[in-house]
Amino acid sequence: MPRLIKAGRIVEDDWQQLDPDAATAGMQQILGLDQWLQLEDKTGRAVLLEPGQAPAPLFDYLGQIPLVAIDFPVFMDGRGFSYGRELRERGFAGELRACGHFIRDQMTYLARCGFDAFQMADESRLEDALAGLADFSEHYQAAIDQPLPLFRRRG
Amino acid sequence: MYVYDQYDQTIVDQRVDQFRDQTARYLAGNLSDGEFLPLRLQNGLYLQRLAPMLRIAVPYGLLNSTQLRKIAFITRQFDKGYAHVSTRQNIQLNWPRLDEVPDILAELAGVQMHAIQTSGNCIRNTTTDQYAGVATDELEDPRPYCEIIRQWSTLHPEFAFLPRKFKIAVCGSAQDRAAIHAHDIGVELVANASGEVGCKILAGGGLGRTPVIGSVICEWLEKKHLLTYLESILRVYNQNGRRDNKYKARIKILVKAMGVDAFREAVEQEWALLKDGPTTLSDEAIRHAKSFFTEPAYLALDAAAANSELAARCAADPIFGNWVKRNTVDHRVAGYRIVNLSLKATGFAPGDITDAQLELVADLADQYSFGEVRTTHQQNMVLADVQKGQLYPLWQQLQKAGLATPNHGYLTDMICCPGGDYCSLANAKSIPVAEAIQSRFNDLDYLYDLGPIELNISGCMNACGHHHIGHIGILGVDKKGEEFYQVCLGGSQAKDASIGKILGPSFSQDDMPDVIDKLLSTYLELREEEEIFLDTYRRVGIEPFKERVYAKAD
Repeated sequence: MPRLIKAGRIVEDDWQQLDPDAATAGMQQILGLDQWLQLEDKTGRAVLLEPGQAPAPLFDYLGQIPLVAIDFPVFMDGRGFSYGRELRERGFAGELRACGHFIRDQMTYLARCGFDAFQMADESRLEDALAGLADFSEHYQAAIDQPLPLFRRRG
Repeated sequence: MYVYDQYDQTIVDQRVDQFRDQTARYLAGNLSDGEFLPLRLQNGLYLQRLAPMLRIAVPYGLLNSTQLRKIAFITRQFDKGYAHVSTRQNIQLNWPRLDEVPDILAELAGVQMHAIQTSGNCIRNTTTDQYAGVATDELEDPRPYCEIIRQWSTLHPEFAFLPRKFKIAVCGSAQDRAAIHAHDIGVELVANASGEVGCKILAGGGLGRTPVIGSVICEWLEKKHLLTYLESILRVYNQNGRRDNKYKARIKILVKAMGVDAFREAVEQEWALLKDGPTTLSDEAIRHAKSFFTEPAYLALDAAAANSELAARCAADPIFGNWVKRNTVDHRVAGYRIVNLSLKATGFAPGDITDAQLELVADLADQYSFGEVRTTHQQNMVLADVQKGQLYPLWQQLQKAGLATPNHGYLTDMICCPGGDYCSLANAKSIPVAEAIQSRFNDLDYLYDLGPIELNISGCMNACGHHHIGHIGILGVDKKGEEFYQVCLGGSQAKDASIGKILGPSFSQDDMPDVIDKLLSTYLELREEEEIFLDTYRRVGIEPFKERVYAKAD
C-alpha cells in the first residue's frame, strides 16, 4: 500500500487515485476535478486539483469534502501553495494533501499553507521530508499553522 | 535602524542551518542540480562563469558600521578583497567558494544580516530612497514600511515559488529616487484629500525583455491595509501569472493580458477575503516599526554660522568646494548635509568597493554620521547625516581613498551591471564599455557643462543595469557569437518615468565612446538654455541623434 506523511508520521494511505478515464468511482477514491464536478452527490467524495485548476468550484462544498489533494507535477510550480491556503482560509477542515514532486525543503511552507498530508512521488524520500518539517520554529507571517503574524505576538 | 530581537535572530540562524544542510546534501549527491538551484538562489547564490556569486541582502540599503566591517572581513577571508553594490542596493561577492557559503552566511547572521531571497522566483529585497528620513522633499519616512514589508516577505510560505522574481520599492518623497514605476509593485506614500498619509499602489512595472511602466492599482490605501493588499496582489499573480515562458512570467505581462481594470478587480476580490484579517497592521505594529527610525541625536547647530564657515572653506579650496557642490545634498536638518560617496572612479568597475575602503567608510560613518551608511540603487554609498563643519576633514579622507570623485549625477556616475566579465546570463561585457566611456569623458568641466545625465549599461535583456530607464541606455547583445551594443535614448526613472527608445542598429564595443560623443555633441548643439539632456531629447525627438550617429562619412 502506498505510504505518506500524515499528522507528522509515515502511514499507509487509505485512499486511491481514480483512473481519469474511469466511468464509476468508489468511495475511497480521489477524483479528478472534472469527474468530481459531474457527481450529483458530492458528500464524502475526495478531489484532486492540478496546477491551473483554481479551487473556486469547491468553495460551496467545503463542509462535505473529506480530502482535497493538490498535485505538484514540478516542484517549482507554486500555485498549489495559494490553492491550499485559500481553501483553509475559506474554512476547509478536511485533509489537505500535497502530492507529486514537491521536495523536503518545501515542507515548512506547505505545512504553513495548511497541508497536513504529504504524498511524495518518490516514497524513499518520506523519511527525509519528515525532518524538513522542523526547519523553522518561528515565522513572521500569519498562516494556517499560526493565525497571528509575528507583529501581533511580539512581547 | 532596525535591530533584530530574538525572533529575527532565530529565523536567520535557522536559515543558515537549513542552507548548511542543503549544501551538504547537494555536495553529497542527495540533492539534484535542479532541486538545489532554487534553494541556493533563494539564498543569493549563483553559479557563475568563473566562480559562484553571492548576493547579500541590504534591506532598503541601510547598513551600520559593524556590518560594513564584517563585509570587509568576509571579502578578505572568503573572497578577493572587494565587493560590489548592486542596483537593488545589495552587496555582491564575486569569488566565494560554494562549500564556504554556509560559513559566510553564519558570519553575516552574527551581525544581523543574511542573503535570503536576493535571487530566485520570490519576493526580493525591498528598495527605497537612499535619502529616506533626511530628504527635504519627504512626506514621510518610507523605511518603517520597508521593514514591515521585509518581515512579511521573508520566507513567506505562499510566495516562495512564484512564476518569476518579484520586486517591491517604496518611496515617500516628492521626487522618486526609488524608481517605483519600474517595479513589480511600487508603493508611494501620499496624502489623501483630508491630509491623511496612505499608500498609492502601482503594479506591473518592470524592466527586462519587455519594459513596462507600472499602473496605478489603488490611488490611496489606508496604511493598515498595506500587507493584506500586497498579499492579494501576490495571490492573483501566483495563481495566474504565466509559467510556460520565463520571458512572459513577470506580473507586468499578467497585468497587460488581463487589463488593469480586470486585474484590479481580481485583486479586490482576493482582498475581500483578507481585508481586516490578522495581517491588518495594528497601530502598535506601525509604531513599533517607526521606533527604529527615529531621529539621531542631531546637534542644534547655528545654520548661518555653519553656512558662512562652509562657504569660506569652499572659496579657499575650490576642489573641496566643487565636491561639496556636486556630491553633497541639502539635509532636512539645519547645519547638516547628505554626502554621496562615489563608487565611480575611472578605472574601477562601477559599484565596486575594496575591503580597505569598506573599513574606512565604517570608520567615517562612526566619526561623522551616527555609524550608519546607505547603499544606493545607482551603486554608490551615502553618509546621510554629516555636519557642515565636518565636511572638510571627511572629504580629505574620502579623497585619499578614491571615494570623492565629484561626478555624482553626471555622465561618468553610470549604472553598470557586472556583465560578461562575471555573469553567466550576460550576452556581452559591460564593465569595459563603462570604463572606455569614463576614460573618454574624464574632463570634469565638460561633464558639468553636459549637466545631469543618467547613463545605464546592462550586459543582457535582464536589465540589471536598468538601461531602459537611463537617459542614455546601453544594452549588450549577442550577434552570432559577437558582442554588440544597442543604444536607447529618453528613458527616465523619475516620477515622469519613461522607457527609452532604441536608436537603431547596434555598435561594436570599440565604437561606443564615439557613439556617445556624437549623442552628446548633438545635445550640446540643440539644447536651449539650461535644458538637460533628457529634456532636449523629449523636445526634439530621436531623429537628430539618429541622423548624427548613423551619418555616412562623405
